[in-house]
Amino acid sequence: MDTKRKTELQEIARQIRVGIIDAVYSAKSGHPGGSLSIADVLTYLYFEELNIDPKNPDWEGRDRLVLSKGHCAPGLYSALAHRGYFPVEDLKTFRKTSSYLQGHPDMKHTPGVDMTSGSLGQGASTSCGMALANKLDKTSVRVYAILGDGETEEGQVWEAAMFAGHYKLSNLCWLVDFNGLQIDGPIAEVMNPTPYPEKFSAFGWNVIECDAHDFDSIEAAYKAARACTDKPSVIISHSVKGKGVSYMENNVSWHGAAPNDEQYEQAMKDLGER
Amino acid sequence: MADKIATREAYGKALAEFGAIYDNLVVLDADLAAATKTGTFKKAFPDRFFDCGIAENNMICVATGMSLCGKIPFASSFAMFAAGRSFEQIRNSIGYPHNNVKIGATHAGITVGEDGATHQCCEDIALMRTIPGMVIINPADAAEARLAVKAAIEYKGPVYLRFGRMAVPVLFDDSYEFRIGKGVKMADGTDVSLIATGIEVEQALAARELLAAEGISASVVNISTIKPLDEELVVAEAEKCGAVVTCEEHTVIGGLGAAVCECLSEKRPTPVLRVGINDEFGRSGPAKELVSYYHLDAASIAEKAKAAIALKK
Repeated sequence: MDTKRKTELQEIARQIRVGIIDAVYSAKSGHPGGSLSIADVLTYLYFEELNIDPKNPDWEGRDRLVLSKGHCAPGLYSALAHRGYFPVEDLKTFRKTSSYLQGHPDMKHTPGVDMTSGSLGQGASTSCGMALANKLDKTSVRVYAILGDGETEEGQVWEAAMFAGHYKLSNLCWLVDFNGLQIDGPIAEVMNPTPYPEKFSAFGWNVIECDAHDFDSIEAAYKAARACTDKPSVIISHSVKGKGVSYMENNVSWHGAAPNDEQYEQAMKDLGER
Repeated sequence: MADKIATREAYGKALAEFGAIYDNLVVLDADLAAATKTGTFKKAFPDRFFDCGIAENNMICVATGMSLCGKIPFASSFAMFAAGRSFEQIRNSIGYPHNNVKIGATHAGITVGEDGATHQCCEDIALMRTIPGMVIINPADAAEARLAVKAAIEYKGPVYLRFGRMAVPVLFDDSYEFRIGKGVKMADGTDVSLIATGIEVEQALAARELLAAEGISASVVNISTIKPLDEELVVAEAEKCGAVVTCEEHTVIGGLGAAVCECLSEKRPTPVLRVGINDEFGRSGPAKELVSYYHLDAASIAEKAKAAIALKK
């Protein structure tokens, strides 16, 4: 990736992170940690990878993205807002009774949300159905899903992995946000779902690994996924939970908590807004 | 009487019939195509049939994904594993976003027979009724099952179709016009209304004969669409007869009987007695024997009808 574009994406990712903090701070609840860990990935997807048209969110020929780890809605909403699906100011209505920005993604009321999600594991399967339908119709549509590492403890994820491998859904690309933390603690202590490469390989997947906070690495991963034409691809994305906000980084207590006024100011300083 | 046909047989045939008309119809099954009869569709349209293996939760959500990319998916399994195991997938991925997925649930109720309680789902209507916007159709015979499949294809939104394993008589002929949400008067009467669904329509009609022999005039109504309920017809029956018996091969909790009680208690308070599975599990046995064992037979309905009449003021 050329340096100019990389700098532009880094700035967009910074703004998306600011949007995440604004949304969660305004709502006084939500999930900042896992939203921040996928902020760079979302930036790459929405500003480089996906074939989409924000002015025509229901366009049938668009690529699809399922945020299977739906609790990271602040990340998705901030990316969609910055990509032009709806006003960035609306992020501050997140989780409010009158808002269309529900606590977890709601495809019926939010432009750009391709699938309602929040109940873990289901988006993984839904993305398989989207990929299968497009394969059947021989379209060029690609289907993307983002899963949490904790989410891969759900049995349904592996039902879906078996299905995608069996039907060789090469137009499907999952990304597992491997930040290593879930609500009750480190995933390795709560219920270890690793090793990922061996498991996904055994299920018939093309396995790619990347650094979740390096655009060159993210780009290489998605290019490698596109290049694979006989299997579904999964990107094991090594990330830092809470990335970009000093006190949230690698701290499990920021999985689902909102900053207070003082913490908000610190977050804005960390993100270069002050 | 015409030959008996199970509604699941009619389901499989209807999928193949309408699959020829609707190119975007796809069918998914979870390793039960031979039993649910989706195998009939598979034979006709192998490229549009997808076996998901024994993984119902994944199947329900795969169907959802396909519905979001232009397909009309029918996802099939036994009622126990479709509505039961996958309740939360149906609730969150189909019901909440109101996606255009059809669930073809076969082997509903105790007439599964010898397989016994683990496979006899008597709770599926109750589970599906709690999901906002879910249409629930429980056809009474093969003709109605075929038309229900057609109606489900033409309707945009989630539909739960309930089919049985046991062969049942054909009650409707070609002149029948099935409409989602419309009940059908099968036979008129004035003393008590027997409001039945599924295989119980046949039993209610037989009960009507038993009652007639005792000089009691019973009306028989087929409610195949349990949600949305044909409240107009239910209220009219209650007004006319003053006593109601509901008949269903399902727990009396949360099914047709409950729906009728909820409707009448608000719109036309009337004595209602419920024939159904009385808050218990099924057991192994020949299907027909189980119908009697669980008091779903005509004689049991006739007894309940007399008890309902006695409750009139």
